[in-house]
Amino acid sequence: MKEIVLVKYGEMVLKGLNKKTFEDMLTKNIRRRIKGLGKFVCTSAQSTLYITPADDDIDLSEVVERVGKIFGIAALCRACVCEKDFSDICEKSVEYLGDILSCAKTFKVNAKRADKAFPMKSPEICMELGGILLEKFPNLSVDVKNPEVTVTVEVRDTNAYVHAENIKGAGGLPVGSSGKAMLLLSGGIDSPVAGWMMAKRGVHIAAIHYVSPPYTSERAQLKVEQLCEKLTDYCGGIAFYCVPFTELQEAIKDNCPEEYFTIIMRRLMMEIAQRIAEKDNCLALITGESVGQVASQTMAAIACTDAVCRIPVFRPLVGMDKTEIIEIARKIDTFETSTLPYEDCCTVFTPRHPKVRPQLSDVEKAQNSFDFEPLIQKAVENTEMKTFNIGK
Amino acid sequence: MSVYLDNAATTKPCSEAVSAALDAMTVNFGNPSSLHKAGLNAQLVMDRARKIIADSVGADSGTIYFTSGATESNNLALRGASQAYGRKKRKIVISAVEHASVEETACALEEKGFEIARVVPRADGRLYAVDFVNACDENTCLISMMMVNNETGYILPVKEVFSAVKRRFPNIITHCDCVQGYMKLPVKAASLNADLISLSGHKIHGVKGIGALYIKKGIRVVPIVTGGKQEKGVRSGTESVPLIAAFGAAVEKLSSSISERWDYVSKLKNHLLEKLSGINEIEVNSPEDGSPYIINISAAGKRSEIMLHFLESREIYVSSGSACSKGAQSGVLGSFGIREKSADSALRISLSAENTAEELDLLVDALTEGMKKIRS
Repeated sequence: MKEIVLVKYGEMVLKGLNKKTFEDMLTKNIRRRIKGLGKFVCTSAQSTLYITPADDDIDLSEVVERVGKIFGIAALCRACVCEKDFSDICEKSVEYLGDILSCAKTFKVNAKRADKAFPMKSPEICMELGGILLEKFPNLSVDVKNPEVTVTVEVRDTNAYVHAENIKGAGGLPVGSSGKAMLLLSGGIDSPVAGWMMAKRGVHIAAIHYVSPPYTSERAQLKVEQLCEKLTDYCGGIAFYCVPFTELQEAIKDNCPEEYFTIIMRRLMMEIAQRIAEKDNCLALITGESVGQVASQTMAAIACTDAVCRIPVFRPLVGMDKTEIIEIARKIDTFETSTLPYEDCCTVFTPRHPKVRPQLSDVEKAQNSFDFEPLIQKAVENTEMKTFNIGK
Repeated sequence: MSVYLDNAATTKPCSEAVSAALDAMTVNFGNPSSLHKAGLNAQLVMDRARKIIADSVGADSGTIYFTSGATESNNLALRGASQAYGRKKRKIVISAVEHASVEETACALEEKGFEIARVVPRADGRLYAVDFVNACDENTCLISMMMVNNETGYILPVKEVFSAVKRRFPNIITHCDCVQGYMKLPVKAASLNADLISLSGHKIHGVKGIGALYIKKGIRVVPIVTGGKQEKGVRSGTESVPLIAAFGAAVEKLSSSISERWDYVSKLKNHLLEKLSGINEIEVNSPEDGSPYIINISAAGKRSEIMLHFLESREIYVSSGSACSKGAQSGVLGSFGIREKSADSALRISLSAENTAEELDLLVDALTEGMKKIRS
């Protein structure tokens, strides 16, 4: 009895002539993700990828777990391969699903006949197979509305497949199909979620983080590196840039009015981020800002920050509530790490009364009182890069 | 030269574990909760071990909580989960062949008002998923079963049971005591469908005094030890970094050779069984398809303890019943349908990949001699 994993493509099936590019990218991402688990043969037909394990001892549940996090997939399941012959389908169904069916109370059969040359029509398959299973498993009864087990038969071009699970995929587009962008990763709850959301739209993520020792600790940086590692499950490999930011923050503190501390800091962060983004061929910046969340995220403040940006800034969380963001953070398992209690550079020298509606001209005037350029250059030069590859 | 055949009781720490522990006592001796570098370094040692152990069960680091051993892990799992989920649902299902740390804890919970259902092996000595499903109901908060029986090596159908139970009752918490299976069989939380998994360090060539509980993300366990909120509050008390480091080092060493060692130890088991078949009146109590690491036999008419001490005089160390109970009969053999007389003379020979066929030959010679010499 041969078991494989069926992967159904997501929205990329709607693509036209460049569909193949998306498919190839997805296949590449999947191969890379499951490489450590053993040898596989991946083939694609009818908007479905067939992952066939080459060895018998491969843990398919782990394959499903990992592939379930890859963007570009609508649904996936483990399935048993059958001959395109009804008696074989019945035999394999009984054998493959025996454990599940013998402990269940209710079931239904669902048939999908992609190969219209198959002699039986879908309702016929359902009825016949249903009857046979009822006979074999006296504990079962049919419930088409809310069955405990749904037995699915898919008759496709080379084989038929039987399975009893249909797991929702991560959706979106294959990572890398939309180009690369630089994520400003603070260590808080929002920025990893923002990165995940852009990766979902096919964006390959690089990350940038600012450290200000001794105001921030080594543990704070390790926490962000941990977040990066968690994101690789979804985003693939991530180049992580760590910018030494202490001197800039001290210069802001010494030379600028307190109410503009945060906004000027953010402008400097953006400036450094886009310089590094340019070097790394990133086409945009990504931040975890959400309108009105804090003083530096009011529309007026965002306008002042954006004034220094020469490339687009994506803010996928812009219209989300904190609770919605937390929900995603929990789902992608970054929440717990994000909430570890270490000071990050955003909270160093926070003004007591920040300007909620800053005017760009005032901000520029405040910032121009000191020449930050040499310090910016120094920070960019001393930025360290680390690569995080797909975890586990 | 002594022959150590009591590896299910404990194993000899491997050199990697010893040097990892030594390093954590001499170099990285800080308190992992301290904010300074010495603390951070100790934390990093611990994080690394946690990651290795998490990887070995196919989970994230955040799911592994260190305890003082598998007995504490089992206590934490049963007491903690029943407290979190058992306010209204007052039933717990376990197998009838559990280790004392589960069985006795279940008894303690029984006294607190929980109903305990014990699923007994059928006449063929095996447990069936459908029996567990039938034992569960809407009122059940927790099911606990071991992966490999510590007395006979019988491999329980954990995956089948947990999958079937979860399908019917998705909210029942599943706990697996994997102590005798870990690093011998693949233990993967997701494929076992386990919410809680108990692990032990000293059964896998780590050091005594360290264990872990895997707690699936989102599953709540009420702590039984409270204090400084170490281990995310689940198990307070300064972590034993040396023992944790040793645990991690042992897992790191063993996790890549699970199937090779299984094959090797299977050969040892077959070799032993073949030789034993030459001795009259030796009965094998372990199932044929059980774990090769544990072989339970009965030397007809010779009481376990006497034979044990006879073998000891030849510097061969085996165990009667389960060592944890100091030779007291646990009743588990009876549950497997082994007659009382045979259980009285049961010996447990438990192997590690460090044993050799020659050592087993010495055992067989000594058993043969013992059968002749010991008056029954």
